Amino acid sequence: MKKAQNLARKKSVSQNIAFTIFSLISYAIVALLVVILAFIVIKGMGVISWEFITEMPKNGMTEGGIFPAIVGTLCLVGVSMVFAFPIGILAAIYMNEYVKDGWVKQIIKQMTNNLAGVPSIVFGLFGMALFVNKLGFGDSILAGGLTLGLLVLPVVIRTTEEALKAIDDSFRQASTGLGASKWQTTSQVVFPIAFPNIITGLILSIGRVSGETAPILFTVAAYFLPKLPTSIFDQAMALPYHLYVIATSGTNIEASRAMAYGTALVLIVIVLISNLLANALRKYFGKKVKMN
Amino acid sequence: MLSSAATSIIVVLIVFFLFMEGAGVFTKKPIEDGFLLAVSPSNPVKKLEPSQIKDIFDQKITNWKEVGGKDEPIVLFRTSDISTYYTDEELGENFEFFPAKINELISKQPGIIAFFSDKYKAENFSGRELEINKIKVFEFLSGEEWFPTAQPIAQMGVKPLIYGTLWVSLGAILIALPIGLAAAIFLSEIARKKVRNLVKPLIELLAGIPSVVYGFFGLVVIVPLIQSTFNLPVGETGLAGSVVLAIMALPTIITLSEDAMRNTPRAMKEASLALGASQWQTIYKVVIPHSASGITAGAILGIGRAIGETMAVLMVTGNAAVIPHTLLEPVRTIPATIAAELGEAPNGGLHYEALFALGCILFIITFGINLLVELVSSKQKHKKH
Amino acid sequence: MHKIETKNVNFFYGENHALHDISLAMKANTITALIGPSGCGKSTYLRLLNRMNDLIDGTRLEGEILIDGENIYDKNTNAYDLRKNVGMVFQKPNPFPKSIFENVAYGLKVNGITDKAVIEERVHTSIQQVALWDEVKDKLKKSAFELSGGQQQRLCIARALAVQPSVLLMDEPTSALDPISTSKIEELLFELKNKYTIVIVTHNMQQAARASDNTAFFYMGRLIEMDKTKTIFTKPNQKQTEDYITGRFG
Repeated sequence: MKKAQNLARKKSVSQNIAFTIFSLISYAIVALLVVILAFIVIKGMGVISWEFITEMPKNGMTEGGIFPAIVGTLCLVGVSMVFAFPIGILAAIYMNEYVKDGWVKQIIKQMTNNLAGVPSIVFGLFGMALFVNKLGFGDSILAGGLTLGLLVLPVVIRTTEEALKAIDDSFRQASTGLGASKWQTTSQVVFPIAFPNIITGLILSIGRVSGETAPILFTVAAYFLPKLPTSIFDQAMALPYHLYVIATSGTNIEASRAMAYGTALVLIVIVLISNLLANALRKYFGKKVKMN
Repeated sequence: MLSSAATSIIVVLIVFFLFMEGAGVFTKKPIEDGFLLAVSPSNPVKKLEPSQIKDIFDQKITNWKEVGGKDEPIVLFRTSDISTYYTDEELGENFEFFPAKINELISKQPGIIAFFSDKYKAENFSGRELEINKIKVFEFLSGEEWFPTAQPIAQMGVKPLIYGTLWVSLGAILIALPIGLAAAIFLSEIARKKVRNLVKPLIELLAGIPSVVYGFFGLVVIVPLIQSTFNLPVGETGLAGSVVLAIMALPTIITLSEDAMRNTPRAMKEASLALGASQWQTIYKVVIPHSASGITAGAILGIGRAIGETMAVLMVTGNAAVIPHTLLEPVRTIPATIAAELGEAPNGGLHYEALFALGCILFIITFGINLLVELVSSKQKHKKH
Repeated sequence: MHKIETKNVNFFYGENHALHDISLAMKANTITALIGPSGCGKSTYLRLLNRMNDLIDGTRLEGEILIDGENIYDKNTNAYDLRKNVGMVFQKPNPFPKSIFENVAYGLKVNGITDKAVIEERVHTSIQQVALWDEVKDKLKKSAFELSGGQQQRLCIARALAVQPSVLLMDEPTSALDPISTSKIEELLFELKNKYTIVIVTHNMQQAARASDNTAFFYMGRLIEMDKTKTIFTKPNQKQTEDYITGRFG
């Protein structure tokens, strides 16, 4: 009996030790995240001002603002979304609603997964070879935006597909049972129900696009360009590349540190906003569906 | 309909462009455009391997018989060496006599090997241009030096870059896997629902932070920390890369492992507990073995992400293209090399093509990793009967 | 003395009052069947006997449950030791993704038995006890998933027996099985009765009538009545019991 009690105690002790370690590690990860965010927020806060957001960089990028980089990033996001959203959403609808299970679907799925796994620098190489050189767009917002569009295409397809899959088949059957065609069912029943989930996925992908650096290194990004782009064939500055440049190779790295913190903060704020917005929309739509 | 094939088309296009540009490096002589290597016409050596030329100019090979020629000491000649043979007056004000003098030199010195720009090649050139073998795929992969702008011969050995990539990625996974697993166990088996609902979105947020921000954080916080902790001359090391990559790989590992663990049937856990096992015994004897393939998939995917990651690594690893011996030295990875050098490589040149060949290697590695993940996770699906 | 005694037990899931004032007693080496419609609390009650409900957040127990005269919810009682003494077999066969041998050896290992000879001996006896030996003796190293559903369930019983419990709890152990496998397990129950005290939850009225000594009828979280099985099925005291048994509801 005593032996059994010892064993039970041993079990409890080793369990307590293991669980304590695991919880500590998990909280440490959360703490790390908080440290990273707090570090950049605190250091960047002092830099952020109206001028920082709305003015051109000055004095070897050690003073002034990051306005052209913000505009450049917005343009890039715009072009990539115009490219990736329609194609991605249509692809997902077609895949999910029309293609029957089989090897064709399997291959397409596999290819989408593969595309999602391609490193971003390889997208950069590809964009340079195809858009910049072969198609002759040169270093431009168009070339960079399309490259970024390719990068998020698998993300768009996957989120849309998941949203469509989550819809119960009874909706589709109810609609076809009333004599609706496949397309009517898809466009008037399935898509509207899936829409909230699709839109949250898309907002998250905007966050992703605005932070990508490697794909735009050789397709659009300008080191220093103190004017705004006038067309999609212009070069442009972009936030992530700007951060990279002033953090590693500016004319005076120490002097531009403050600018770097500010730029990092703006980038993080964009990501946070897209995350919060996505969550808020999810909640809002979630309520609405329940109320109906 | 066409749109659903979009991803397939893009993958095919990527493969096509990458390999077309990358293959160029194997079809050209590894010598800079507009330059040539010449020897005396009496020299029986007609053709040399790039590696032999490098050894000659590094003076590791000093006699022609070592490369299959006569027993004759090798005399190195670079354009700048001209002044040791001729005065400025002899060469003329605008080097107009340069070509003639090179002719003279080559005929005088039977053991010479001369490297110079072909604008100095005389019309009645008396020397013989040396044929250079193209770089072979094997040499490209096994070469131990990466110095694509070296003269006279570009050094295109990717071994140090492959080693650098693997060291940094494996280091990252060694850090991230135990930590990520612990967090996954915590979230899936230990944490209360309230805690879980709070922690999980935060970890997902970690995945959303742009890599350049991680790189910046690494540069201003982790690099100095490593430098002072290990008392190093520079903090930009493989270890710094591993630490930053580990932070970036955490969300992938945690999310996938946690999903796999939560898929363990409740009945199986209860069976274990009903036999008198503690919760912890149940976790490591039932839950972890049951979700092993999901955890493996997470780890492999994490490695894949780490191998392909560019900006963060570029900013913190110091980018020295030498084969690393410890993680406390500067290293250079394949993606970082592409990002750092493509901007300076002239379009369509040898260097440019070599960087595309690096892209091919990267593509093949990540493609393989993807297939592996697919394989491992299909195993997981089987297990659910 | 009774093997298992339950005194005025009330049980709550959060606000939900799941069991109302249950008092009953079971003798050693008997089979007690718990019957009643879905959601009546019979499974909840069963899971109180080896403290499986401890694992659910926000549950609360009032009253006492005694096994061998000791309160199993006493502070000094360790849940691990209790569960070793009170084995459990679940609704669906739930072998671990391990070999047949490892499945049965699992309980021994987690309870600190390391002597290989002892483990082997116990595994063999347990498999023999459930009459599975002849079917699996040549493939002990094979995965347990290769067995049929009925074989898997007998393996799960062997797994529970290996740690030498004195009480065996069974939560609808045959509901996922075909009739032949079911009758095999019922035969097994008669064999096991000599050594163990068995409590079985079942939906199957014939099973309760065939296999048990006593039957307890639960309804809406209350124990309506408990008596000799014969009595319950021929002349129950309560009208509700009669209605249920004759199939008027449930």
